[in-house]
Amino acid sequence: MDHQNVMSPDGQPQSILILGIGNVLWADEGFGVRCVERLAERFSFPPTVRVLDGGTQGLYLLPFLEEADALIVFDAVDYGLTPGTMKIVEGDEVPAFMGAKKMSLHQTGFQDVIATARLMGYCPGRLLLIGCQPKELEDFGGGLRAVTAAQIDPAIAVALDQLSRWGVAVETGRADDSLLADPAIRRDAYEAGRPSEDQACRTGDKRFFPEQA
Amino acid sequence: MGATPNGFNLDSTGKRIVVDPVTRIEGHMRCEVNVDEQGIIRNAVSTGTMWRGLEVILKGRDPRDAWAFTERICGVCTGTHALTSVRAVEDALGITIPNNANSIRNIMQLNLEIHDHVVHFYHLHALDWVNPINALKADPKATSELQQIVSPSHPMSSPGYFRDVQNRLKAFVESGQLGLFKNGYWDNPAYLLPPEADLMATTHYLEALDLQKEIVKIHTIFGGKNPHPNWLVGGVPCPINVDGTGSVGAINMERLNMVSSIIDKCMEFNKNVYIPDVVAIGGFYKNWLYGGGLSGKSVMAYGDIPENPNDFSAENLYLPRGAIINGNLNEVHDVDQRDPEQVQEFVDHSWYTYGEPGKGLHPWDGVTEPKYELGPNAKGTRTNIIELDEAAKYSWIKAPRWKGHAMEVGPLARYVVGYAKGHEDIKNQVDGLLRTMNLPLTALFSTLGRTAARALESEYCGRLQKHFFDKLVQTIKNGDSTTANVEKWDPKTWPKEAKGVGATEAPRGALGHWIKIKDGRIENYQCVVPTTWNGSPRDVAGNIGAFEASLMDTKMERPEEPVEILRTLHSFDPCLACSTHVMSPDGHEMANVKVR
Repeated sequence: MDHQNVMSPDGQPQSILILGIGNVLWADEGFGVRCVERLAERFSFPPTVRVLDGGTQGLYLLPFLEEADALIVFDAVDYGLTPGTMKIVEGDEVPAFMGAKKMSLHQTGFQDVIATARLMGYCPGRLLLIGCQPKELEDFGGGLRAVTAAQIDPAIAVALDQLSRWGVAVETGRADDSLLADPAIRRDAYEAGRPSEDQACRTGDKRFFPEQA
Repeated sequence: MGATPNGFNLDSTGKRIVVDPVTRIEGHMRCEVNVDEQGIIRNAVSTGTMWRGLEVILKGRDPRDAWAFTERICGVCTGTHALTSVRAVEDALGITIPNNANSIRNIMQLNLEIHDHVVHFYHLHALDWVNPINALKADPKATSELQQIVSPSHPMSSPGYFRDVQNRLKAFVESGQLGLFKNGYWDNPAYLLPPEADLMATTHYLEALDLQKEIVKIHTIFGGKNPHPNWLVGGVPCPINVDGTGSVGAINMERLNMVSSIIDKCMEFNKNVYIPDVVAIGGFYKNWLYGGGLSGKSVMAYGDIPENPNDFSAENLYLPRGAIINGNLNEVHDVDQRDPEQVQEFVDHSWYTYGEPGKGLHPWDGVTEPKYELGPNAKGTRTNIIELDEAAKYSWIKAPRWKGHAMEVGPLARYVVGYAKGHEDIKNQVDGLLRTMNLPLTALFSTLGRTAARALESEYCGRLQKHFFDKLVQTIKNGDSTTANVEKWDPKTWPKEAKGVGATEAPRGALGHWIKIKDGRIENYQCVVPTTWNGSPRDVAGNIGAFEASLMDTKMERPEEPVEILRTLHSFDPCLACSTHVMSPDGHEMANVKVR
């Protein structure tokens, strides 16, 4: 049901979306967004590649999916693995894995975005999910835990590897960051500016995180 | 249990039904009801996990950045939170914005209202009334005839068009990726539409998806990007350069023309599709007038969309402001968010403590100190609640009250306030709709009334958008292209201490941000969001909240299939996105319904 966008003569995708999703306000939930931030700080891409911070948006992301014929998604996904474990999923397996998230801040989760794009006939034909098992999701206002942050560069390496197989020339430099977060909430500013524990109570909401889950 | 001060008779002796989570909403919500032997709801308890202490994140930060954080607390109201935030900071620091910034902000806010209303109706709420599986049985020719009766001016109505959609839908359903339509109660007798109406409405679900992609382009044009547009304390971040061609970021004629064409498309969709659908679908459910709750008793709106910049007096606002209490539509009270005696939050039934019972705090003095304890009659454990004890603390949502009254907020509240005030546009729309459907005014106070008010408001917002677009173009033509006032950008120009409030009408209702600034940094920041009003638990006097009230006395066809509960709760467009929710291990978020 997925549409076949225009491919180059050698069958390589002509338009690639690199998307980071998740909520930066919930600790390791921000993994995907932080990955695209770092990617954009370190590399430059040809105009066929777009780097986007998707946050917890749902249907707002459809126009970006429609324009792409290949999609790479970075996300913190809870597979019940050891924290910091990476999980790479391709093609048709992606939607099911996205749904494995224990926690989503958005009812129109990314799984639904993919399903909607499929229903509309414009889901990118190639999908790659680069997931990381989070350590901490319950800390509102917190940043990435060290074990999760350590996977940003390896996750980026996976994406670069895929891009090279798609024939994309990646160079060291800086990418267009106009679709990324405002500087006030980029990782360094966000994590360094966090109010101290005695300034602001951090007790979370344990009620809806059953122990067995 | 007996009567509540706000006029509901509670009886919790019948079977208890637990719906957790309530699906197709933003965030996690749970509700419990008791039904009598006839399946009629006699007691309702709504609870949420809204961990809403944004001060946890914002204390000590630069007030000029607060919008960027508040934009992230929700995946839907991004722009509204950002607008409310910059208004709060401007109010605190006495910053005024130029005329063009007011027009552009209004266009963006109205755009978000329309986007949210359309998406809510077709993608979150329609499935409570429309059965997409039943649509597979429809005759495309008869659907085409129905479409031409329902909306003669809608161009997409040929039998071939509906046949194509039906085939596409069939392929989608047969692919096993039911995805969007999973977890429905598709054989429940509460669904009343014939297959043709189901096919027509499902087709418009797809048309709405196409439209919403267009709508959001306005945010990209004025906010520089989407889905997280840029905002600016003192104005808007986009310069205007009408003579320029394609200069990066600046608003030129080409971009203005694009905005104009999107506004036109929205107006056409509202007129040709959205409103006719609500009338047509509503026509089949005319006898299902449950769900009024507080809407005919106590409603409140802060008002929004100022004609002139920096003037938030009620007369200057297109979306009305006011409060109605105890069902007296002859008296509309003014609402003042600064008055410490008006908006207050209570925590007697919430998992917080103020140290003394019955105490209400104005948001400027708000504190968020958790105190998680279950009542003596709760069943289960602290981490796995089976049944709540509503006589004790039972929700993470605080209970905001206006002068002690539980209030409903949202499109219907705005329309009831507007109607009572004699707001000409609103009155004409409401009277016209009721005439078309041959219904009395009292029918407005219902689940369907809430849904209809949202559609009417979407149409009105389209017209307002056009007005502000024309105004923007006229101002630019007159030689004024100012979009920001940076006189007080430098914190050195600020007082040592300041406090302010920003108010908007978010798609789901009255939204307020209260800020205190000290030495150039945020000292306290409190948000009271619409779903806090609507989803509030009981208060110390025993008043039930809007969600709870709306479920009372509803008849359920099958208590184990909570279609009616979802219908009514969805009609509020609930958003508890500051919270989290849990999915089952296989990723299918099921409403776990338990009847006890």
